[in-house]
Amino acid sequence: MYTPHTQADIRAMLDAIGVGSLDELLAVPDAVALKAELDVVPALPEYQIARRFDRFAAKNTGVDAISFLGAGAYRHYTPPAIATLAMRGEFLTAYTPYQAEVSQGYLQAIYEWQSYICLLTGMDIANASVYDGATALAEGAIMAINANGRKRLLVSRAIHPNYRAVLKTYCDGLDVEIDEIALAPDGTTDFAALKAAVATKAYAAVALQSPNFFGNIDTLDADALAAVRESGTVPIAVIAEAMALAALATPASWGAEIVVGEAQSFGVALAYGGPYVGFIASTKEHMRRIPGRLVGKSVDNAGRTAYVLTLQAREQHIRRERATSNICTNQAHCALIATIYLALMGKTGLRDVAALNLERSRELATAVSSLKGVDLKFHAPFFNEIVVDVHQPAGAVLAKLQERNILGGVDLGRYYPELSTCILMNATELTSSGEIEALTTALSEVVHVHANV
Amino acid sequence: MSTQTSNELGTNAAPPLIFELGQEGRANRYVEEGKPLEQFLPKVLLRDDLPLPDNSELDVVRHFTKLSQRTFGIDLGFYPLGSCTMKYNPRINDAMAARGEFAQLHPYTPDEFSQGALQVMYELERSLASLFGMAAFSLNPSAGAHAELAALLIAKKYFKDRGEPHRDKVIVPDTAHGTNPASAAMCGFKVISLPSDERGRVSVEEIKKVLGPDTAVCMMTNPNTLGLFEDHIHEIAAAVHDVGGLMYYDGANANAIMGNVRPGDMGFDLMHLNTHKTFTIPHGGGGAGHGPVGVAAHLVEYLPTPVVRAVPSGNTKTSNGRPVAPSDAMTFSLDFDRPKSIGPMRSFWSNFAHAVRALAYMYANGADGLKKVSQLAVLNANYVRVKVADFLETPYPEICRHEFVASAQELKKATGVKALDIAKALLDHGMMAPTMYFPLIVPECLMIEPTETESKETLDHFVEVLRGIVETARKEPETVMAAPVNTVVGRVDETRAARQPDLKWEPVSA
Repeated sequence: MYTPHTQADIRAMLDAIGVGSLDELLAVPDAVALKAELDVVPALPEYQIARRFDRFAAKNTGVDAISFLGAGAYRHYTPPAIATLAMRGEFLTAYTPYQAEVSQGYLQAIYEWQSYICLLTGMDIANASVYDGATALAEGAIMAINANGRKRLLVSRAIHPNYRAVLKTYCDGLDVEIDEIALAPDGTTDFAALKAAVATKAYAAVALQSPNFFGNIDTLDADALAAVRESGTVPIAVIAEAMALAALATPASWGAEIVVGEAQSFGVALAYGGPYVGFIASTKEHMRRIPGRLVGKSVDNAGRTAYVLTLQAREQHIRRERATSNICTNQAHCALIATIYLALMGKTGLRDVAALNLERSRELATAVSSLKGVDLKFHAPFFNEIVVDVHQPAGAVLAKLQERNILGGVDLGRYYPELSTCILMNATELTSSGEIEALTTALSEVVHVHANV
Repeated sequence: MSTQTSNELGTNAAPPLIFELGQEGRANRYVEEGKPLEQFLPKVLLRDDLPLPDNSELDVVRHFTKLSQRTFGIDLGFYPLGSCTMKYNPRINDAMAARGEFAQLHPYTPDEFSQGALQVMYELERSLASLFGMAAFSLNPSAGAHAELAALLIAKKYFKDRGEPHRDKVIVPDTAHGTNPASAAMCGFKVISLPSDERGRVSVEEIKKVLGPDTAVCMMTNPNTLGLFEDHIHEIAAAVHDVGGLMYYDGANANAIMGNVRPGDMGFDLMHLNTHKTFTIPHGGGGAGHGPVGVAAHLVEYLPTPVVRAVPSGNTKTSNGRPVAPSDAMTFSLDFDRPKSIGPMRSFWSNFAHAVRALAYMYANGADGLKKVSQLAVLNANYVRVKVADFLETPYPEICRHEFVASAQELKKATGVKALDIAKALLDHGMMAPTMYFPLIVPECLMIEPTETESKETLDHFVEVLRGIVETARKEPETVMAAPVNTVVGRVDETRAARQPDLKWEPVSA
């Protein structure tokens, strides 16, 4: 499919080349020739492809359930104008903008994305994107290792477990060790433990996530920041819910030198996990260590404003094994979507969304914690997620909720054995009071039933 | 150039930045008005200011529409960017990926509520495994370089488990993509660069000189980046295996081999695919990609997590008694419990929307269609190659695969016109430039990959345009050196961009 060749074309082209047949053109040594029968999905006409996908789509019943799932992937409102613009063929079918003269529009959009990320985080520079939040953390950690040469990392246990798992995958390759900081009783990072650890001066970086995996605001206080700076450790801020940047004090304001995160919340579809869009921002001291593409503003040979990929001496296609990273393809199109989202929402819209997230999640917290046998596990200030303790195995409670077509949240026992009776629940601007009521009604029945067993 | 329209009543000036537009309070009412943030959190935890512009939806639509008009994609014209496989991106793929049942599915949706998504991943994975002769793939990595990293992490862990952690050398031909040595370095491997022989290939004798008990992996692509088939690949693989090393296949050039030859049959143990090249996922200006990593049977346990597991459901008939497709008789789950796995490579399971696109493309072709895709990609490349050989050097004048390299070295000596100048002149004719100065071993290199979706007429037009540029270069080289002149900007001052980095807009302080 999608090949325009007529038989006459093929004949004429073979003649021009001087070979008799396509088989002759693609001859390979017998030792490697294909002998197996290929087992690939069958060819279908286009209308039947759509029917085949109807069938798959019908089995994704999760999209019809009432959902309180968050945990690093968030359901936010996305204006239709985003798709109209981002799906324009010029954007969609462009490659990496190596040829600046015919890529000015995309380059300007990436420059605007870099600017938005700097404004939201308070940092000096931001790159053109990396794969996602987890790989942003891994790449940010490598920046810190390259900055001070230490081959050990300190990470809060309140960082998204998937991010920590990916960091470990990368660190296994680099022979870098990771130590984790315990949780304090209020569901934030234990700062006494953090201060004691950094004092050893063994760590390249210390990473904290805020809001952390449990939804709690979790930033370095002045005391902890002083200890981190004194020890020569690079403070890394992890952002898994970028919408919080619209409301909370910037990572720059609490001392982060490198900010890594996930911007899926800015208009990018949930899509069962991807593609999303990671970002890395930093102070200018780290500029030449930042991985991936950077777009800079310059002029053309007639003095006109022009944008171009810059500082490419950091990158794999120039530097090969001495590059700051192996990244080549990034998430440009998702970054474009996020840029359009931010442009449409503006300061006013983003503040509204952030405020609604704060409000609805508090409504959720109040509603579930009023139930008998259900409590909030932590009492730290939070953004849009809460940890709900049902005092019985969370997995069983969630299964009962599923029978009522409610996806109640993430079973924390999956990642934290000591929290096996706890559920991580999320509410956004799209969470309605009716949905919260449906949850509390179901939860009261389920928890009650279990309590009597 | 016809594809670059002026955007402001006849001027080519860059549109203002989005930050230079708008007025505070010019808000679009997408959600309700929010209460003051201080009602929910102590002021000390809140940011002081949010210095973002408020723009009307109309102004935002105009802004990004203008930016799109200043951007060149496949939809606008020929895109012969070597090694990047810029073929047509069928719209059915995007339409399927955009369906709410896929686009709105949360990654933590329980398996029983996401069976359709898991089935998409399963069907894609099984099809890829058969098409490329691998035991299994993981759809976890996000792009080609990411999958290369995954493959090398697999190799590292495999050797560690075998008690051979001293294997620290990765052999990379000098024609390899830059990501190969960069990925190897991220796993602590030492890179040995192997020179190509006069035929542009890896020679069995040369590689044997560097093989030994410290050999971990040999990374190759076949056809290589010169577009040439490595015809001694089975002997190379045997030599690497003889010393206990692993063979890795860089799938960037997989568009040349479908239904023709399989990495598994060539002796590769590990491979990756760029489904955003071979399987028509749009590049979107540089991503997102999708990089399945595939392995032979002895490495399956090491694949990144999660992988999709399928068990028979027992439902082999439809309600009216007809047999169902094999995958319709399965129940699926995400398998995270794989003790030998290298672990996950990314936050969530896969760039799933791209798996939808790749599978839709598979269905549009089937095995026979994919074979034809590769045949016609090779046909197009050879057709352009023989025509271009009329007026530019082709350093490897033999049958190529999906791409070939030409060189402007002689032209440069005669006229001063470089590969870069030719590339820029092509932009003036509404075409993308080929990949330039890669592979590194060919001076003044132009690497041309037409892809199978281009018609003979398009190829003929490209050849004539290129011929015209070369003829102009011989008569009035300064004209070519001044190109492009029909684009919205001329050549950009890259030195200034690097020496005085301006990487963001900053608010003007009052």
